[in-house]
Amino acid sequence: MKKTCPTLIAISSIFSWLGALSLVLASGTGTTFAAQAPDPSDWDAVVAEARDQPLFFYAWGGDQLTNDYLAWVGQRVAADYGIRMTHVRLSDTADAVSRILAEKQAGNTDRGAVDMLWINGDNFASLKTNDLLFGPWAEQLPNFVWVNADANPDVRFDFTLPVEGYESPWLRAHLVFYYDSAYVSAPPANVAALLNWAQEHPGEFTYPRPPDFLSATFLKQALLELVADSAPLYLPVQETSFEAITAPLWQYLDALHPLLLRQGRSFPANGPELRRLMADGEIALALSFNPTEAVNSVLRNELPDSVRTHLPDGGALANVSFVAIPYNASHKAAAMVTANFLLSVEAQLRAQNPQYPVGMPVIDLSVLTAQQQAQFADSRQSHPSAPPLMSGGQQLQEPHPSWMEALEQAWIARYGSR
Amino acid sequence: MIALLTLPVLAGLSAILLPAFGYLPALQHDEPGLMVWRELFTTPGIGRSAWLSLSAALLTPLLSLTLVMLFLASTSGTRWASAMRRLVAPLLAVPHAAAAFGLAFLIAPSGLMFRLVSPELSGWQRPPDLLILNDSLGLTMMLGLVLKEIPFLLLMALAALPQLNADQRVNMARSLGYRPILAWLWTVAPALYPLLRLPLFAVIAFASATVDVALILGPTLPPTLSVRIIGWFSDPDLNQRLLASAAALLQLMITLSAIGVWIAAEKIVAGLYRALLLSGNRRQGHAVLNVLGKSLMVITLGTLLISLMLLVVQAFAGTWRFPDNLPATWTLQHWQTVGPLLLAPLGNTLLLGLLSTALAVLLVVAVLEHESRQGRKPAQILWAIYIPLLVPQVAFLYGLTLLLEQLRWQPGLMMVGFAHSLFVVPYVYLSLAEPYRRLDPRWQQLAATLGASPNRTWWHIKLPMLLAPLATAFAVGLAVSIGQYLATLLTGAGRVTTLTTEAVALASGGTRGTIAVWALLQAAIPMLGFAMALMLPRFWWRKRRDMTGQLT
Repeated sequence: MKKTCPTLIAISSIFSWLGALSLVLASGTGTTFAAQAPDPSDWDAVVAEARDQPLFFYAWGGDQLTNDYLAWVGQRVAADYGIRMTHVRLSDTADAVSRILAEKQAGNTDRGAVDMLWINGDNFASLKTNDLLFGPWAEQLPNFVWVNADANPDVRFDFTLPVEGYESPWLRAHLVFYYDSAYVSAPPANVAALLNWAQEHPGEFTYPRPPDFLSATFLKQALLELVADSAPLYLPVQETSFEAITAPLWQYLDALHPLLLRQGRSFPANGPELRRLMADGEIALALSFNPTEAVNSVLRNELPDSVRTHLPDGGALANVSFVAIPYNASHKAAAMVTANFLLSVEAQLRAQNPQYPVGMPVIDLSVLTAQQQAQFADSRQSHPSAPPLMSGGQQLQEPHPSWMEALEQAWIARYGSR
Repeated sequence: MIALLTLPVLAGLSAILLPAFGYLPALQHDEPGLMVWRELFTTPGIGRSAWLSLSAALLTPLLSLTLVMLFLASTSGTRWASAMRRLVAPLLAVPHAAAAFGLAFLIAPSGLMFRLVSPELSGWQRPPDLLILNDSLGLTMMLGLVLKEIPFLLLMALAALPQLNADQRVNMARSLGYRPILAWLWTVAPALYPLLRLPLFAVIAFASATVDVALILGPTLPPTLSVRIIGWFSDPDLNQRLLASAAALLQLMITLSAIGVWIAAEKIVAGLYRALLLSGNRRQGHAVLNVLGKSLMVITLGTLLISLMLLVVQAFAGTWRFPDNLPATWTLQHWQTVGPLLLAPLGNTLLLGLLSTALAVLLVVAVLEHESRQGRKPAQILWAIYIPLLVPQVAFLYGLTLLLEQLRWQPGLMMVGFAHSLFVVPYVYLSLAEPYRRLDPRWQQLAATLGASPNRTWWHIKLPMLLAPLATAFAVGLAVSIGQYLATLLTGAGRVTTLTTEAVALASGGTRGTIAVWALLQAAIPMLGFAMALMLPRFWWRKRRDMTGQLT
């Protein structure tokens, strides 16, 4: 027993020395590009380099259908490109951001663990502004043409922030309401009409509390509907005008909260909890940012089949989700090839398959052949709980990302401690 | 060993210390100052959040300890004890979050309690709109915590009791005319308490900083400090990490002051206890204590048990609407969803659990044995072992990841095992330190006078006598290792998947069925561990009653 002690001391002194050294070296410098990053304009070379590369794709793992979809993607890129993809299942995208941040702080600029991650909105904004992303690469992908970006300029912006080729579009999503037709005959037409609806149906609706993203989505949708002029929402928040612009929102919420479940004394933490309240019959109306969430849950027997999906008239907040490559990713070529595959007609068609819907296609169907268009039309869901088809004109674009943070803070200040 | 443990801890701490004072060069914050603290203290509701954490930190251990002591006093020497003890171990193996989940489904307005009386008795076709979960005082959260801490304290107490000669003490007091429960409370409890002190501190630390239980059962307007910290750490705005770091330090201070308050209260309580003892009361209150001790424990353990049964039902439930008492349809779908994901990681899970626990037990025994042979008092520095339990995991692990990155160690099984050890060692130390130190030194001296070498004494005297606490410590360590999510994900960089990383990610989608399956699977392995921890000493010492860890 005594013999082990000197060894332990020796080990521990090595540790302390390394620790001291590493703390000295801990300067947060890092360049955006590794020396020999693959060049997406020479696509054949990228495909050649990607062959036999592993790929660690960090994506939220909370939805079984998405997991199954990604497993299928893994099989397909293995067969076509020899890429060994691993879906690293996250419970929160912030965990991957933590990893990238720690690597940057430690000066790891070229052998990062995260090869690709599924992000959008403020996660993208903060990774991009902190120079943590590789790029530009996305617009050089061969399949990017299907997106028809010139006709669909919204794919070039992520919460008003120019994407500039630093992430590649994957799927579309938008706000929907879902309601239980066994309890209420009709949902409110939109968020503004929700107040009247709630007076008739007290305790039948609630929404998640900040800092959950669905909470911010609801606040943004309400604000967009309630303001006379939405132009300032697409610019960074100005401290001087914030109070005046958001006044109608707080007035609305002051009136709405006593009509919510638990009289607004408690709010669910997130979307899944909201869905459980719906499943338990505690509420009859809920919202989601995944148009297929309700039908997914009905197919899983989690929600009753009397649940219907409803699109707010006058427009629903909509956005595109993307895949991005960290600046220090170890396998950038494999990441680009896989991002390209996600944009293929085959993969996009599979994403809206009625048996395992994971989202709305991001490619522009009008540039496809008639036969391909027919495939998409045929595979669209006919399930009664499925969302109605959304047209481009019904989309409300995401406000500038600074509004999200400002609205959350203001909400917490007003309602966060009673 | 201390350096091995404290260096990552210090790195973890420094990774929040500097940002808390506004220094995070990776995000272009390089001017230290107090701005972050000013921002923290002007955050709306921060005082309430801090107060919630502090009150949970003090009330949870107080209630749990009272119940455990009363129960042990009222059942000492009866068959109750062994019946309950068989219950305790499996209860302990269930993850906190899962137990909270089960409890939520029991007492929510749409939960089983209300379903049983609906619609026949209550007339409710829809769940009543009552604020039971997430109440603003945090009472439901504390109930959830107490339910899970009682089995922990009970197991710790049962592991410690055999060295106390409880029987002799009680018999002595009874011969002086004290009724059995009072006899136990006056003679055994004061000797048992010091052995439960460290576990109690762990309970305080856990209750003050719990995230998962607080998220499911805790107040929401505002939530506890720990929940807000997690929110800030996972905020897409990376600058919020500065605020999160300062709040994490505040959390550490709250945990430490809760322990401080507890230590101060100990002195007062000891004084009162002495006064009560000296009053010479031999029988007054005996009947009340007897009923209370048994019934409260039956109620709490019963509640926990029903909550867990509900998880089992959920794991096979298809459609289950309010106010049905049982699911309308049954399904294997949840198992088919989760099952295939878990076969591959199962090997990793077992390997990591066994390796990190074996390493931890080895290290802890080395430290304790070294201390015992030198005849020294416990080194002051040993408190540092507990830092991984005191600092919010998310803050600390960020620093740890940073350190491993700086050492240029490739993420892999070794790294994850090392990270697990940081959390396993404190719990193993917690389970083992007091029983090890309290072992009567005269056994050792006796062996030495008979010419036995220290090593021989250890193998032939100490190991057998400490078999019960050692086995318990091993099982606790195994449970801790299996429960690690963030530590596995961050240090393994997603390369190392375990039962927990796969299932927690899937459970974040929030379907009841998958959460239930996850909870049951996660509980299964430690349950086996605990079962073995209980069986091993009893099997080994089946012919020696006093060595089997029996209550009587």
